[in-house]
Amino acid sequence: MIRRRDVLKVSAGLLAAPAIITRANAQSAFDWQQFKGQHIEVSLTKNPRSDVFQRKQKEFEALTGITVGSEQIPEQQQRPKAALEMASGHPSFDVLMVSLHVSKRLFGRAKWLEDLRPYLENPKLTAPDYDFADMGAGAVKTATQPDGRMDSLPLNPDLWIVYYNKALFKERGLAFPDSMDALYTAATQLTDKGKSTYGFVGRGLKNANVPVWTSWLLGQDQYTVTPDGKTLLTDTAQAVWAGELYQKLMRDCAPPGSIGFNWNECQTSFSQGKIGMWLDGVGFSAPLLDPKASKVVDSVGFAVTPKGPKAQHSASFVDAMGIPAASRNKGAAYLYCQWATSKAMMAEILSTGSGTPARISVYTDPAVVKANKFGKEWLDTVMESQKISAPGLPEIVPVTEFRDTIGIALTNMIAGGDPASELKKATAAFQPALDKSNA
Amino acid sequence: MATTLTAAATGTRPGVRRPTPGRNYARRYWAFAAPGAAVVLAVIVFPWLFTIVMSLHEWQPGAGTSWVGAANYLQLFSDADFGWAILRTLYFTVLAVAAPVVLGIAAAVCFHKRFPLRGLARTIFILPMMATPVAIALVWMMMFHPQFGVLNYILTSLGLPPSEWTYSAATVIPTLVMVETWQWTPLVMLIVLGGLASLPIDPYEAAKIDGASGWQTFRHISLPLLWPFIVVAMVIRTIDALKSFDVIYVITQGGPGTASTTMNIFLYQQAFSYYHLGYASAVVVVFFAVILAISLVLLGLRQRAKWQ
Repeated sequence: MIRRRDVLKVSAGLLAAPAIITRANAQSAFDWQQFKGQHIEVSLTKNPRSDVFQRKQKEFEALTGITVGSEQIPEQQQRPKAALEMASGHPSFDVLMVSLHVSKRLFGRAKWLEDLRPYLENPKLTAPDYDFADMGAGAVKTATQPDGRMDSLPLNPDLWIVYYNKALFKERGLAFPDSMDALYTAATQLTDKGKSTYGFVGRGLKNANVPVWTSWLLGQDQYTVTPDGKTLLTDTAQAVWAGELYQKLMRDCAPPGSIGFNWNECQTSFSQGKIGMWLDGVGFSAPLLDPKASKVVDSVGFAVTPKGPKAQHSASFVDAMGIPAASRNKGAAYLYCQWATSKAMMAEILSTGSGTPARISVYTDPAVVKANKFGKEWLDTVMESQKISAPGLPEIVPVTEFRDTIGIALTNMIAGGDPASELKKATAAFQPALDKSNA
Repeated sequence: MATTLTAAATGTRPGVRRPTPGRNYARRYWAFAAPGAAVVLAVIVFPWLFTIVMSLHEWQPGAGTSWVGAANYLQLFSDADFGWAILRTLYFTVLAVAAPVVLGIAAAVCFHKRFPLRGLARTIFILPMMATPVAIALVWMMMFHPQFGVLNYILTSLGLPPSEWTYSAATVIPTLVMVETWQWTPLVMLIVLGGLASLPIDPYEAAKIDGASGWQTFRHISLPLLWPFIVVAMVIRTIDALKSFDVIYVITQGGPGTASTTMNIFLYQQAFSYYHLGYASAVVVVFFAVILAISLVLLGLRQRAKWQ
């Protein structure tokens, strides 16, 4: 016989079941709201990725309950600001966008940034679907200090590619060169000074120009310092070969005044349709496809840096997200870094052409590929360049001084100086600074 | 009979105590000067003393500090880059003073004469002085582009060859001086115009009676009388030109190569690019001494140029 008490018991159990299941699920889901109510300040360098973060900021705030104040500062001003604030022990920010190609060793030596390995290994702080293994190995290596600390999460490896003007190539009946030597030949064939048409443009301004030279040097399968970071390799035969190629291209095939060009002058020149090829970061693609600013919207091509005599590499320069060790909101700051480097945000960055994210999976995500406005050639070039990427600058403390010293030598080459003598002089001038930094 | 002195005789008003001779009343007034003195100490004296202390140390962020005594100064005086930076600074300063002073005097003489819409013309003429240096530098940078800048377009339209402007080591400093001249000639004009307005008219009337030409009047009357004002303008321009940083940094960053690396650019690189804070502090101390020496010479010149 079914008693009324039994019916009431079963009914109560059935009514409570959904709530019990929900509570059980909540306990196993990641808690994005664990730092709700906290406030963090984020220091970003001025670039399209930062535009994406600021545009999507409200989503992060809704997800976590953390309020965010963020600012974008031009990279050259943000670096010393960040360094000096962290040196004071009282930085005004909880999250920092780090230019690893310039600041990695300086920040690492001083241990200004938090080691993020414990955060990544903590299931309470890292969401189960974050999938750190999806990050490119090269970018992860760049974000890791020599002592094994990983003090930033890799965000965007900016890869150097060659932009080329398909219309000019077609006019001359030329195919895109498949080697660095062929690139010079093509550049001379494209140059017609009478028509103010030039086969090549590249950075000539000191400091900014060094990655152009290191791109050629990587074609010799050589870096600028020994693996231990103690001895310069900037006056070897391979380095001189790269200097000679740089000099030939800039003197014979580049427009007048390129001795003082940074990326923006190069971009302006290329976008006006009078330049055959431009070697620079892939992050500068967007304005070339803007019909309001560019005359090469329909003719711009994207190509992998051609192979050199010994190797083919794409110089890469990595940005990352870090947390100052002096921050009082590390947990909340880590959630921001995790969100900024998540699959969703990196898919957004790639599909809007705001950068070349460090995650591998986004490049084959059908939705991202479909949404990408730069086309198949751009995506293929980026994916191919990712596979052959190599650091474009040495991982040493005084990187800026290195860039200035070598950069002056490169500028002197454009003015007619002998590459071997200039590089020898620059190497002798900079080696003491490198020795001092390693002491 | 006792004589009663009146208030007029003693020099005091009735009811007011005379100051006691020999007593120091200045101590009472220190309370009023203290806030200003505290601000001067905090923002001028303390940073200056701290800079001197820093110049005697090796100081790199993240690497600690260590006492090195005069080593930074010894390194400075053997640093060829620093020597060249001084020479470039002097070259830039001479041009950046001479051009605005000459043009400013000419402009002042023009604006001193009466003509229709003179007030409007003066206002337009002084507008460059009002703009922010960074904004000015960015606009000029676009104008200097060798292929797409408006300046080369104008030159080629007139049948003249294009220039490389700031993109050549040979022309970069004169080109930067052009920007400085455009911005600061109005300041010189205002100073000299003020001087012209204060000159007596008798010498001019006498010169007119004697049949002096316009140039003779300017050469023998206006110029000598204006000299104290011109020297003031020169002192101000010299100090400004020696300190010039923003225009040079924005347009060339010291390039091409090091062709426009003046002392200020050199200092900025040492401090904020290379983080050699101790060495940069030594540069600051030496730079201060250079500016002080030049300023004292010019002020001495001004003293001698005063009207008797």
